[in-house]
Amino acid sequence: MLKYLFRRNEDIPPGTAAVFFGFSSIIWFVVGTGLGSFNAAKLAFPDFVTGSELFSFGHMRQVHVLAVIFGWISMAFAMAMMYITPALGNTKLWSEKLGVWNCFLWNVGLSLGLTLLWFGMTSGREYSDFPWAIDLYIAAFIALPMALNVWMTILKRRTQGIYTTNWFFGAGVFMVTIVFIVGNSPEFFNLTGLSEAYLTWWFAHNVLGLWITPIAAAIAYYTVPKVTGNPLYSHRIGHLHFWSVVVFYSTPAAHHLMSAPLPEWLKSFASVEGVLILVPAIAFVSNLLLTMTGKWHMFVENVEIKYTITGVMLAIPLNMQGGFQQTRAINWYIHGTGWIVAHAHLALLGFSTFLEAAAVYYGLQTILRRKLYSLALANFHFWFLLIGFAIYWISMTIAGLIQGAGKIYEVPYIDVVIAEHPYMIARWIGGTMVFTGNIVWLYNMYMTAKAGTEIPEGRLPHELAYER
Amino acid sequence: MAFREYKIGSRLFGVALGGSMVITLYMPTVDMTSVAVTEMGLTKQLSYGRIGGFSYEDPFLRGDGKPKTVVLNKDPKTNEPIETVQAFVYEAGTPFPSGINHPRTLGPGATELSTAQGRIEEANHDNGAVFVISRATHNGETVNYIENASATRGWQPSQVLNAAGDANTHLIGSGKIMFVREGCWWCHTLLPEQTQDWQYFGIPPRLGDYNGESPTAFGSDRKAPDLLHVGSRNASKEWMMMHFFNPRLVQPHSIMPRYDYLWGENDADGKAIDYDAWRTAYNDYAHGKTVIPPDVPNYAADSEIRYLIDFIMSLK
Repeated sequence: MLKYLFRRNEDIPPGTAAVFFGFSSIIWFVVGTGLGSFNAAKLAFPDFVTGSELFSFGHMRQVHVLAVIFGWISMAFAMAMMYITPALGNTKLWSEKLGVWNCFLWNVGLSLGLTLLWFGMTSGREYSDFPWAIDLYIAAFIALPMALNVWMTILKRRTQGIYTTNWFFGAGVFMVTIVFIVGNSPEFFNLTGLSEAYLTWWFAHNVLGLWITPIAAAIAYYTVPKVTGNPLYSHRIGHLHFWSVVVFYSTPAAHHLMSAPLPEWLKSFASVEGVLILVPAIAFVSNLLLTMTGKWHMFVENVEIKYTITGVMLAIPLNMQGGFQQTRAINWYIHGTGWIVAHAHLALLGFSTFLEAAAVYYGLQTILRRKLYSLALANFHFWFLLIGFAIYWISMTIAGLIQGAGKIYEVPYIDVVIAEHPYMIARWIGGTMVFTGNIVWLYNMYMTAKAGTEIPEGRLPHELAYER
Repeated sequence: MAFREYKIGSRLFGVALGGSMVITLYMPTVDMTSVAVTEMGLTKQLSYGRIGGFSYEDPFLRGDGKPKTVVLNKDPKTNEPIETVQAFVYEAGTPFPSGINHPRTLGPGATELSTAQGRIEEANHDNGAVFVISRATHNGETVNYIENASATRGWQPSQVLNAAGDANTHLIGSGKIMFVREGCWWCHTLLPEQTQDWQYFGIPPRLGDYNGESPTAFGSDRKAPDLLHVGSRNASKEWMMMHFFNPRLVQPHSIMPRYDYLWGENDADGKAIDYDAWRTAYNDYAHGKTVIPPDVPNYAADSEIRYLIDFIMSLK
């Protein structure tokens, strides 16, 4: 890939940037889930690897979170944008060279930022942990080049209208840039006090609401019609989804701080808007599931559809939790417990990861013109991901309910820790299964690039039979 | 151009996102910046210094460039006994906190009093300064404000540190850095919730408790007890030492990591700490071969664990 950095744009084969992003994202996924498994082991067995600050939980926890968000999820998004945006505009990517540089600088910047975090150089703000210099790097060399490439590709399209997926891509790269710069402004300008606390969670909420959720959904809007051959069930419901994301999902940031001394009107407003998140969620899920009409056999037979529809269906519990757990009564019980940890993993490891994995599986086969190396390994990955995630989610939800009960009924804290111990072991087993599945995935995709059956011109990957 | 240009859509998008920004950014900011600082808020920002995370003065988060909090029983200039007062010593070059640099952030009342009576604008960062918290009546209400004791009482940083002595000097600001760097806040919140916390762990924070603090490090996940008032319910330094060195010494079921590495290389007497020997002795104890665990070494005066314990004990 690096050889293309200094080639002329015309000499770089179309799809190069997407392949670079695709493999980078898988590698970051292996790294991120490996760190997650390591951290989970430390919570189950606190004396596992001690004596060095570099391997203490407090130094590794944020590296896991940001490796997964900025490495796996966001790079898989960039991968999807680099091949889906031009495909839907019936054109080429605006600048393949910019895309390759974007990916190179992304890997360099993220490695540097995570190393600094690992050594403890943090801003002390959750989800915006990077020091401000890294924040500026991310804005200038990661977010803006990606946004520029996506916008220019949409503007230079050779189709009349813009398909749903590209509305989300175009709006998403814009919104994440704004959210990132505004959300990190306390570090640039040394804002303090409640403004700083509120902006921390304003960023954390909006990076999910205006970046991860809509872009993951946009990928499903592409994958399902493309692979099943069915047209999208309803363009209008797509409109409802898009506009309700912009209006409702951008406003409930304060519901992350329901027990903090923020202005009461803000908390009430955020809580009501938080329930309205169900509008885009229901629009999205119903639209996609109705698109599957007549093609439900593909949910079993086709790898990409299996991943995508699993992700779509995980959006149902995700949004039912998300809509209601932030209302005052329920938040009082579960805030700060393992329930929230389970919910965050449902959003990132459940819902969005399954959608992105489908995009990476499908995109790499399409661009490399090679059929997936092994169906068996893909199924192994799918089930390890799903079962590992399910073990994690269920065990952490139970642990969270125990913590909530302990909190409400005045149980001495250490008794809660003792009661949680079996679930901490379960979470470690679940996380390790996810990590194992991802190593297999990396091998499967590497072998696809090396030894996958070549796909003849004019055929789609899923039209060919598997050889293994 | 023959293609659709989406003029209405992109304008509506601007209106929708702009409207959401007005409601979620502009309106709360107007509200939150009008809050008057409390005594707790002043104590925190004066003892923590400018920034509690990555900063110019402390890029590697070692606790550099932070003020010292001292307890004084006598006037450092005249040596006359005075009523016990907490003073915040900013030695030459130590950056001032937000409230000194931007008095406006102290909120109504405290801004006017700190400037007029507290003379904080005379404080010079190159010479250093000593601040105390004072109280006066403003528009019929009792208001806490910052007093620049270097200007009003002529106290110099070195005088104050000498008068207080090392035992009464607390490196709380550097300790907040340790709290952030070591990720204590990934498991311990600084935000009691409306549950047992308010009876058992202490009163909830108020609106003005945070002016000038950055980062606030509320934390979001409670794998462990809330720490906002931990200094009130446990004031034993010996317990803290054992708990930080190896939490299983005082709480066998704890899942907290060991923070023994914060002791550094040498103990209070300048002797090298033999961690391997300690671990061997501890393992014998943990496996039931011996009855008494090994002693936790006394920490050196400039060790990182001192910073952290000073910070934790300051959470009252």
